[in-house]
This record gives sequence, structure tokens and C-alpha cells, in this order.
Amino acid sequence: MVSENEVEGIARLADITIEKDKIAGFTDQFNNILEYFDILDTVDSEEIEEGDLYNVLREDEIIPSLPQEEALSTPGETEEGYIKAPKVM
Amino acid sequence: MGVYTFGKKDENNAFITILKEASFGEGKLAGIPVAIKDNISTKGIETTCGSQILKGYIPQYDAHVIELLKNEGAAIVGKTNMDEFGMGTTTENSSFGPTTNPCDKTRVPGGSSGGSAAAVASGMVPMALGSDTGGSIRCPAAFCGIVGLKPTYGRVSRYGLIAYSNSLEQIGPMAKNVSDVSKLMEVISQPDSQDSTSYSRPYSHTPEDNIKGKKIGVPKEYFGEGVDANVASVVKDALSKLESLGAEIVDCSIPSMRYALAAYYVTCTSEASSNLSRFDGVRFGPTVEKKRQWHDEYRDYRSKYFGEEVKRRILLGTFALSAGYYGKYYAKAQVAMSNVRKDFLRVLKDVDVIAGPTMPNIAYKLAEKSDPLEMYLSDILTVPANLAGVPAISVPCGKVDNMPVGLQIIGKHFDDETVIDTAFAYEQEVA
Repeated sequence: MVSENEVEGIARLADITIEKDKIAGFTDQFNNILEYFDILDTVDSEEIEEGDLYNVLREDEIIPSLPQEEALSTPGETEEGYIKAPKVM
Repeated sequence: MGVYTFGKKDENNAFITILKEASFGEGKLAGIPVAIKDNISTKGIETTCGSQILKGYIPQYDAHVIELLKNEGAAIVGKTNMDEFGMGTTTENSSFGPTTNPCDKTRVPGGSSGGSAAAVASGMVPMALGSDTGGSIRCPAAFCGIVGLKPTYGRVSRYGLIAYSNSLEQIGPMAKNVSDVSKLMEVISQPDSQDSTSYSRPYSHTPEDNIKGKKIGVPKEYFGEGVDANVASVVKDALSKLESLGAEIVDCSIPSMRYALAAYYVTCTSEASSNLSRFDGVRFGPTVEKKRQWHDEYRDYRSKYFGEEVKRRILLGTFALSAGYYGKYYAKAQVAMSNVRKDFLRVLKDVDVIAGPTMPNIAYKLAEKSDPLEMYLSDILTVPANLAGVPAISVPCGKVDNMPVGLQIIGKHFDDETVIDTAFAYEQEVA
């Protein structure tokens, strides 16, 4: 079971604000779902066989890409060829 | 070359964006109007994923499947409604309002490709593309009485599909009949160097209705608890028809089904928590206020523009991946997923396809399912194919209370052809 405080903590980690009046209901639903997830405790704990998994990599090669002006056409605000974002520090 | 004029009335809120005039070229789909789910990038056409956080976003490039459709002359006539970021089973979670079911407007069309299914079922378009993470093509196909295919993972490029859960989702074709699904699959299944999970296994196949001697596995779990008795009865009748065509019905079991749904939701929410972190108001959609500190602004922005279900899944994923819980949830989900795959491989060694109901019920009434967990449970019969990465189709097989029921046929990896043939044989028999 997670508490309302813990849900608020997870929301901070995920960079999402949950309105105060919705925290209690959200926590109840969250706990119902987590309780259902407990069925995973019955899974055999044997390791996953690696099988024939391998990385799919191709040679580095220069191919045409979007021109800068097109790539910068979707952000709301740009400056000197860069995308403008809120300050981090 | 020509221009298709699209003047049909959208009575089910199937579309988010309609192009009244769509240009088309020459090829296998010359002049055929095709609707595209709104999570597939279309150059110059607004692509929102059913979310306010992408409202106004106009991609600068086409998804690989869109390039292929255009190369074959299709007319892209619009972007269809969907559960926000593909998160839902009813298309009620769209921030552009719910889509209704053309068979009964008081019911949902299923989700999350509900808009694409309704557009086809109502006759607005003959073909559409959807995407299927845990059943999002097959569920609305079943609820609306059309055909929908989730291809083998890797057979259709996901380049340009706005990612929700990369390891599970596939773009796939939807149409009124199996032949059109097959035709659309042939166009979209070309390899793509831009998607490292894309295989070079083009689909080029004309459906055949001879299934004499084919073995069809019927897992007992597909008729277990929660499956409506009337739906089960209709699907069993359909299996009998396949038997009458010369197929052999074989009883089998997929024991990992009991935890498949939990494994699915842990995996997809974990991937969503990472994939959706890019929506920050800086690069796409409505613009974030720049004056405040990053995290303060970012939290309020995402809270304002994401819907409730998206927030819930991001939080569940963040929790499942957090230190101390990773082993309890995510790591076990991956073992469970591997077990589901092993179960399918084991059963599919002895049979050609697996069959059962697509959904445990007929289409729900609008607002009937308000509890998230109850909603998640309705995906129980579709998610195993996504966990295993195998192809699966839903084909209409009868009605309950005058609403369509879907027969689901699941095949071996890269044997989408046999899945199509089995569905085609059934369709021809009942036509």
C-alpha cells in the first residue's frame, strides 16, 4: 500500500502535479492496481534466457536530415538557432 | 495524380482532423481514401495523439507507413480519434471527446483505435491504420464489426509512430474485409532502416480460403472467468465452422495468461513514463511559460495538458521503475513476458494458429466502465499476443444483443499469412 504522501512524491518524480482534491481518489485507484500487480509474485523467478538476442546496429553514415529551419518550426520559441526552454538553475 | 474530395459526414466523432481535399497518386491504392490514427506522424497535418499536449503540433516528416501509402497512391483523408496516447479500451479517454460506435451510438467503439474503427464501420473510408499496444486494433475491430490485424512485431516499421510503449506496439491495417486488410498490409510492411526493430520480411500474399488440415489450438484460458457466456457461445460456433471447413480443433493451455495482464500493464506504464517525458512544452504543442524554474513550470504544464489516464500510467510506471520496487514489478514483468512468449512458442509448435474471442464482452455503454482496474481487465484476451510479439487478427463472427463479436486468430512469428488465410476462410464461409 502506498500513502497519499508517497503518491505526491511519485508525482514530483514524474514532474506531474496532482490537484489536492484528487489525491485521495487517485491513491485508492493506485493501490487497487498495485494490489492486482502482486500476482507477479507468483511468477517463477528463473532468469530470462538470453537466447539469440543481439544489437541491431548499422554503419554510421551521413544521410540527409531536416534542415535546421524546418526542425525549429515546431517549438514555440527559438533564439539564434536554438530552442528556448525555462531556466533549470 | 488527382484530388479526392472527402465530403462524408462524421456522425461518430471518428476524426480529429478531416482533409476535405486529399491529393493522391498512382499505385496499388490509387485514389483510395485511407484514415490514419492520430498518433502516426503525417507531414503538414496536425498530429495530436488525442491529447491537448500536442494540440497544434504539425510534424515536419511522414511516418514510414505514410510514405509507403503515398508511394502507392493512397489519399490520406484525415486523422482519427483515439484514447490519449493510446491509453484506453474505449476511445472515451480522448481529449477531443469520445467516439461512438456506428452499430449503436450509445456504446463505445472500443479503443484505442476507436476512431479508425468507426471511420471504417460507418463507411466513411474503406481502410484505416491503427496501432495496437495491448489490443488497440483488435478491440475496436471486434466492437465495431470490422477486421483488424496486429502484425508480427517488427514486420511494420514504427518510425513516426509517436511512442507509448515501444516493445509492444505495432501499426496495423483495419478494413471491412480480410482482403482489404491484406492489401493494406502488403503496402505498409516494407523494411525500414530508420527503425532498428524493423525486419526485412515484406508481406506479399493473396488470401486463400483453403484451411483443410490446419490445426487450430483453442486455449481453455480464452473461455475462462470473465468471458461473457453469450460471446463464448458465438465464438464456439465460429470455431465449429472452421472445423467444418476441414480444420482440426485442438484443446490447449497457456498457463502464463494468469499474470499476463499485470506484466503488460507494468511494462507499458514503465515505457510510457520514459517516452512521455519528452512532452514538456518546449518542442511540441502549446508553449510552456519561460519565466519560472523548469520543474515548477514543467509539473504544472503537464498536469494541465495530460488527461487523468495518462497521468495515472506515468505515475504507475515511475513507481514500478523506482529504486526498491524495480525488482518487485518491472523485473518480474519481464520474466512473465518471457514466459508468455515461451507458452505461445510451445503451443504453436503443435498447431498452426490459436483461436478464441477477441474481447470478453460486446461493446460497453458509454461511461459504463469508470474504474481503471476494471477497464484494464477487459484487455485480458488481447495483451498476450503483444507480449509474445506474434500476429493476431480480429474478424467479425456473429452478434450478441445485435452487437458484433470478434473471433481472434493468433499465429506464429512472421506467419501473418496463415492468420489472414484462416480469417479469410471463415469470412468466405459465412458471407
